[in-house]
Amino acid sequence: MTPDELLDAYAEMVLIRRTEKAAHDLFMSGLVKGTTHLAAGHEAVAVGASAALHPDDYVFATYRGHHHALARGATPEECLAELMSRSTGLCQAKGGSMHLTKASKGMLGSYAIVGAHLPMAAGAAWSAKLRGSGQVAVAFFGDGATNIGAFHEALNLAAVWSLPVLFVCENNLYMEYTPIEAVTAVPNPAADRAAGYNMPAEIIDGNDVVVVWETVARAAERARKGDGPTLIEAQTYRHFGHSRADPAKYRPADEVERWMKHDPLDVARARLEALGVSPDTIAERDRRAAATVDAAIAAAKNAPEPEPAMAFTDVWADGGAAWRT
Amino acid sequence: MADVKFTYRDAVAEGIAREMRRDPSVVCLGEDIGAAEGVFKTTVGLFKEFGPGRVWDTPISEQAIVGAAMGAAMTGMRPVAEIMFSDFLACCWDYLANEIPKARYMTGGQVTVPLVVRTANGGGLGFGAQHSQAVENWALAVPGLKIVAPSNPADVVGLMAAAIRSDDPVVFFEHKALLAGSGPRPPDDHVVELGQAAVAREGTDVTVVALASTVPLSLKAAEQLAGEGISVEVIDLRCLIPLDMRTVLRSLERTSRLVVVEENPYQGGWGGTVVSVVADEGFELLDAPIKRVAGANVPLPFADSLEAEVIPTVDKVTEAIRRLTAY
Repeated sequence: MTPDELLDAYAEMVLIRRTEKAAHDLFMSGLVKGTTHLAAGHEAVAVGASAALHPDDYVFATYRGHHHALARGATPEECLAELMSRSTGLCQAKGGSMHLTKASKGMLGSYAIVGAHLPMAAGAAWSAKLRGSGQVAVAFFGDGATNIGAFHEALNLAAVWSLPVLFVCENNLYMEYTPIEAVTAVPNPAADRAAGYNMPAEIIDGNDVVVVWETVARAAERARKGDGPTLIEAQTYRHFGHSRADPAKYRPADEVERWMKHDPLDVARARLEALGVSPDTIAERDRRAAATVDAAIAAAKNAPEPEPAMAFTDVWADGGAAWRT
Repeated sequence: MADVKFTYRDAVAEGIAREMRRDPSVVCLGEDIGAAEGVFKTTVGLFKEFGPGRVWDTPISEQAIVGAAMGAAMTGMRPVAEIMFSDFLACCWDYLANEIPKARYMTGGQVTVPLVVRTANGGGLGFGAQHSQAVENWALAVPGLKIVAPSNPADVVGLMAAAIRSDDPVVFFEHKALLAGSGPRPPDDHVVELGQAAVAREGTDVTVVALASTVPLSLKAAEQLAGEGISVEVIDLRCLIPLDMRTVLRSLERTSRLVVVEENPYQGGWGGTVVSVVADEGFELLDAPIKRVAGANVPLPFADSLEAEVIPTVDKVTEAIRRLTAY
């Protein structure tokens, strides 16, 4: 990454962190209903990967997918409007926090059934291969998804069909409320399974945006050459609990402290300073991100709720929902 | 070659082949569908004509098959996925219940999923409880899926064309007990629009609404009853979603009596939906109670004699019609 690219990646991570903070605050003030699964702490995975991908590559994410949608080009305003059930929301307020999707930017969805999207990503990669388009597909998933059957079916299919797909595990150590080692037979829940599918795997520091970028770029290049899928296990940490209902009191204090000291924003800032980027330049990007998110909050709050008739649109490709003639 | 029989199983392969010839984005995937030409021989000739680049053998991985079909459908292809026996849809039910039918809605219309999931459905061949179910009703309970279940070779071809060309996801039920049946080969570019029931036999005394396997069975019953002076109209629904209730209600204007014949268990069966719409919108058309002939709420047994006990038969249908006409 050049200093300018790294500065942009840093700014994107700040924008995501601020948007997540806004989602948290809006939830606490009753403006976001349902639940949210915040990705604060995971920013480097989404931003590093996105920086390494082409604009027309495909991304599939989980219910913890705010950061992926934002990193792929969804705006804070449309994401926050979606969370606040506004008609200007990314999915016209029919998706919500767990289903942020921006198809025009290759962000093909956030899926709330654990592991379900891994075969879809394999399918999008198969489509790219059939069309000879040179695109790759990326499935981001959590450590908990590695114990789901769809994970194993997708890896095997991707390997035997040599598909241009990247499986990127965000290993944040917890499967919802339970430490992953308590429910998983291998220490590295994703990477240790790769050998079973004859697939190369890498375990990386998921809080270092440069490391993620380098790893994903290498794997994407490999996939584009026709050499098949790669499994990447990015080690990272949630700043919040699993969802808004979870204060995460089950995590040992020293573990939390250790990871908070390894915040992806701090890691990137240290790299920028080492490259000679001035603190003023960095602070300016911090201010711009804050202003963007503040404006997004205001705009989303002022946007109207969807018309009731919207409940009956878009079941079918003709736009309607009629089940009988 | 005009004397060569055109079977329902030939029609499946022919229907797919016609669409693959006209649209390069149509690709097939499934277990044993390639060089082996399908365990029911419903993909005969496809691998030979279109090659491994368009006809893909998969592992025994139903989630991967349907999930990959979904991802491909979202990104420019029109996949036709085979799930060998419809019972196995349960292995990939997440995709049919949670993923495929909701993608368009929950993305606010950003995503379309133009795919077909084909599957061999129903009993009558002695495959036992885990390979014999009629499960269209599983799909009927899910908003966002279109459901096709043809009863004859020409409809297989015409409905396959419509299903593959549909921008919406379609579950296409091929009935195992009908595979060996034959009928006329339909003309080139034969398309049967989804959601258009057929009047398989005209009559004036009773309307019988049937689907897939219960269509030939109801036609046999109608034939028998014609000898007793009872004129039976048989409607072949062809699709459950979209459901053509207009044709059913129009028929009741003529006959005023309704029997619904379905192979699946009575509880939760599609016949209940047909009947509820008639009760709601066509009550004044009726001169008698409505009868449903349906499967029993037991797993399908193995022995022929036991199977006949629990799924519709010609005798059960004729008996229901006789009782209605005597009402």
